[in-house]
Amino acid sequence: MSLRANRHRWFGAVAFLALVVTMLFLVAPIFAILTNTSPRTLIDSLGEPANREALLLSLKTTTLAIIIIVAIGTPAAYFLAMRSFRGRSAILTAIELPLVMPPTVAGIALLAAFGPAGLFGPVIEGLGVELVFQTAGVVMALVFVASPFYLRQAIAAFAAIDPGLIDTSRTLGSGPLRTFLRVAIPMAKPSLASGVALAWGRALGEFGATLLFAGSLVAVTQTAPLAIFARFSDPNGFNQAIALSVVLIIVSAALLMAVKLSGGDRALEGRGL
Amino acid sequence: MAIGVTLLALSGCGSSGPEDDPLIVGAASSLRTALAEYQGEEDSLEPVRVSFAGSDLIASQIRQGAGIDVIAAASTADPTALYKDGLAERPVEYARNEVVIAVPTESDIDAIEDLEKPGLDIVIGDDAVPVGTYARKIIGGLPTQTGDAIEQNVRSEEPDVSSITAKLVQGAADAGFIYATDVLSAPEDIKAVEIPETLQPTVVYSAAVVSDSPRPEDAARYIDDLLSGTGAEDLEEAGFLPAP
Repeated sequence: MSLRANRHRWFGAVAFLALVVTMLFLVAPIFAILTNTSPRTLIDSLGEPANREALLLSLKTTTLAIIIIVAIGTPAAYFLAMRSFRGRSAILTAIELPLVMPPTVAGIALLAAFGPAGLFGPVIEGLGVELVFQTAGVVMALVFVASPFYLRQAIAAFAAIDPGLIDTSRTLGSGPLRTFLRVAIPMAKPSLASGVALAWGRALGEFGATLLFAGSLVAVTQTAPLAIFARFSDPNGFNQAIALSVVLIIVSAALLMAVKLSGGDRALEGRGL
Repeated sequence: MAIGVTLLALSGCGSSGPEDDPLIVGAASSLRTALAEYQGEEDSLEPVRVSFAGSDLIASQIRQGAGIDVIAAASTADPTALYKDGLAERPVEYARNEVVIAVPTESDIDAIEDLEKPGLDIVIGDDAVPVGTYARKIIGGLPTQTGDAIEQNVRSEEPDVSSITAKLVQGAADAGFIYATDVLSAPEDIKAVEIPETLQPTVVYSAAVVSDSPRPEDAARYIDDLLSGTGAEDLEEAGFLPAP
């Protein structure tokens, strides 16, 4: 055995060890939370009205947020993917900013923009819309933090469509709307689906921006992550915090499975995303 | 390996001896201004590291085994509960405070009854944090109709007093129940409306040494000095009243 081969084997072992450490570190907390409390206690905790309200509110607000993100984000992403113009890369960067922005900063930014004393506060008030302390404010915070997850996937998916196909569709007499609906969307579908799942996962876990911008009130603005925080500090509520956490872990895992099964992440491989 | 060493250093286990480890204090959010600089009598306990949060959250962290040496709460409830469960030593009362209604400076609210006006946005603490418990006590002491009307206006139950103050300073809420000392340390965007003597709850702050603290003597000195010394001076300067 040459020295060289020996050295390679040594590195392989270290890399394998690194993988084991990584797996233990990532899986241990999930394992711990799933085994912390008996299933009986968990199910009882979920019977508490305030916890059911929190889960229902999370379901409602994340669904609304995803509908808004898809309805507005899909054509916006299509426009960005199909055109090249000055300032395009600046727009792409701006769109991704909420991805790396701390959620609490997002909450303060939303207050500064849309709060009663904010930049656009008077305009919003003039329209008769209330956001702060309202369910609508929660949805707004979710749209803000989750939309980049969808937009990134959608832009990449549309950009990957062979421009020849779009041209052919237009040559065959289809208008731009028809081409968008009948050619572009079907071809981008797997990536769009995984974008939806990723954005949904992010929205479901949203905490900081919601608390700062919309507050926390049972059945109005207290989503599941906020309820977990409220129960955690209550000596009798720790089991309920765990029960809600388990539900969120299961739903998040299901969303991740949806990403894998939709093939959306495969479609993006090799494109540096 | 490098990561392991870094984590050890960050967690404090890597330093040379227990004397170098900071004393960890979990303090109520309302103590942020008063205790941010306080390092024990004449800085004798330096380095002291203070984590500010709702008293209930600090108590939960102690129950989960966080390495906190002292709890300085905004009520007697959490330290007493920890003491009864054998997780902390006997609590010591070290300060008093008052609850006020904080409103934006330009607000025309000047009495608690003004809070029943429909459509007001009122923010209080959640039912686990002391400032939320006090607010509920005050509202509960009002005639039922007034109390119910005020409850109808509660738009958010915040995890600690800082986040109530922030909502008021940001102009997001019309009124909130916070401590008199919070208004003193807040920017000039908000002012205090007094609560009638008869409705004012007894707001007594108590502190306790956490039972499994590796430095019980230092922890006890930290608390003693809050009663009479640099700590007491810092509390007084921030507007706190002496312990009963």
